[in-house]
Amino acid sequence: MLEQTVQIVSNERDTDSYFRLVLSAPQIALLIQPGQFAHVRIPPLKDALLRRPFSIFQVADDTFSILYKTVGKGTNALSRMCAGEEVSVIAPLGHGFTVPKVGGEIPLLVAGGYGMAAMYLLAQRSPQKGIVFVGGRRRVDILCEKEFAALGCDVRVTTEDGSHGDKGLVTQPLLATLRTPHSALRTFKLFACGPTGMLKAIGKIAEDFKVQAELSMDEHMCCGVGVCLTCVIPVKIGDGWEYQRTCTEGPVFDSRDIFVETAK
Amino acid sequence: MNLSVKIGKLTMQNPVTVASGTFGYGEEYSRLIDLNQLGAVTVKGIRLNPVRGNSTPRTTEVASGMLNAIGLQGPGVDGFIKKYWPFLKTLKVPAIINIWGTTVEEYAEVAGRFDALGGVGALELNVSCPNIKEGGAQFGTDLKLLAQVVAACRKATKLPLITKMSPNVVSIAPFARAAEDAGSDALAITNSYPAMAIDIETRKSKLANVTGGLTGPAIKPIAIKLVWEAAKAVKIPIIGMGGIQNAEDAIEFLMAGATAVAVGTANFYEPQTPLQVVAGIRDFMALEKISDVREITGSVQA
Repeated sequence: MLEQTVQIVSNERDTDSYFRLVLSAPQIALLIQPGQFAHVRIPPLKDALLRRPFSIFQVADDTFSILYKTVGKGTNALSRMCAGEEVSVIAPLGHGFTVPKVGGEIPLLVAGGYGMAAMYLLAQRSPQKGIVFVGGRRRVDILCEKEFAALGCDVRVTTEDGSHGDKGLVTQPLLATLRTPHSALRTFKLFACGPTGMLKAIGKIAEDFKVQAELSMDEHMCCGVGVCLTCVIPVKIGDGWEYQRTCTEGPVFDSRDIFVETAK
Repeated sequence: MNLSVKIGKLTMQNPVTVASGTFGYGEEYSRLIDLNQLGAVTVKGIRLNPVRGNSTPRTTEVASGMLNAIGLQGPGVDGFIKKYWPFLKTLKVPAIINIWGTTVEEYAEVAGRFDALGGVGALELNVSCPNIKEGGAQFGTDLKLLAQVVAACRKATKLPLITKMSPNVVSIAPFARAAEDAGSDALAITNSYPAMAIDIETRKSKLANVTGGLTGPAIKPIAIKLVWEAAKAVKIPIIGMGGIQNAEDAIEFLMAGATAVAVGTANFYEPQTPLQVVAGIRDFMALEKISDVREITGSVQA
């Protein structure tokens, strides 16, 4: 974890309301593991003080990048920043994905919308490329499909409106894959990032098919380094549960440990 | 140039600490800043037993600040001593342990647990958290209860006692005097302000706890006034806090009557703030030819 003021190399629109921000940060780039995030202070935000957390998308040479969607005043202000301007980042942060080992399980990556951003480094660094299931509401929500294909991944696209790939939810082709007869002979492991509903469904699928699943959780954050206790989620501990920090113990959790029923 | 100050018998090498709840237990920020450059490290509130904390969402950003309703999640005294004290005791600067309870007896029991550790700088009594049903602010907004809590803790420990005052009172002066009379060595002024924010699409509060505490630069002018009023009412030192973002903010608190200051919410977005404040106070003293930081305390011409 480093705190540095770094320069924007580029900040360009991808599709629709999605942007790619490339930052020059040689020391940080070296440290990044798949599934980690960067906590970014956006200077044009005057009275909005807090940093914004973003999954780290790609690492290339001396740079790392972020793939983000404009959803509020922070990301809108960020989208108007230009190459040459500076932002303060604290990165890399959090506990990321376990990169599959050579000869290990076949990774099945599942991403909803900009959840794709958190999966790229994992796909890149995994010795087995496996299958990438990507879902979104519309065609414009399907991000970096070609880049995943270029890594050698088998990419299966679904959109809810059927404008690209198969019509339906991202879990449908995943289920179909797990149900194919030869699946029983192979060991799969699920990795996912996306909306909470999707992650819950994947947790259930992992349980039903007795496969392990690592899920990247997206929670509201404040400090990003484990002190404020904003981003906590209930995590199973023995027979009970406790609140753990998405920024520190997460953002990646084993699906068996989360989505705990917490009787009030 | 002297930057050191005394809070009771606790000596701080400079007048800058961090506000409880914004700095974890110190270790979390040790990779980003040199903790040994601080005046003291103040840790998150601890009660006797582990505390799970409130449901989420627990914080929300507002103009020039934020609301929080964490609910004092924490490991309890034993958990703290086991998990966090081994690191804190390696620091060259003192640790201030923030403690709380739900009864006068519990406050005293917790207060009595730290003398034997050796090396604890001071205890800060949290009688002002707005986000828990029992304990916290109910003690800080009732003169009799406040006096009882401080007196009971005073009996339980020989460590310096800092009482963290609630801003949610009509006049802070009698509360400041009550804490002083009951044996508090210093006052921490102030805690967060009870507040609320609503999501107009869902028509729900932005916090699961419905209400929370407002902190950040939004509260600074109100906190400055509280420090100024309390400083006129008591002789014991005051640690001023509320929205400090830079040395200028800190110097305002000192001029209002604070002996030391704490950086709070700013740690969340700029972890270097406490050290920038130390450096900025030094620069101000050089510029103004002030040889002792204590000369700044209470120097407002009001």
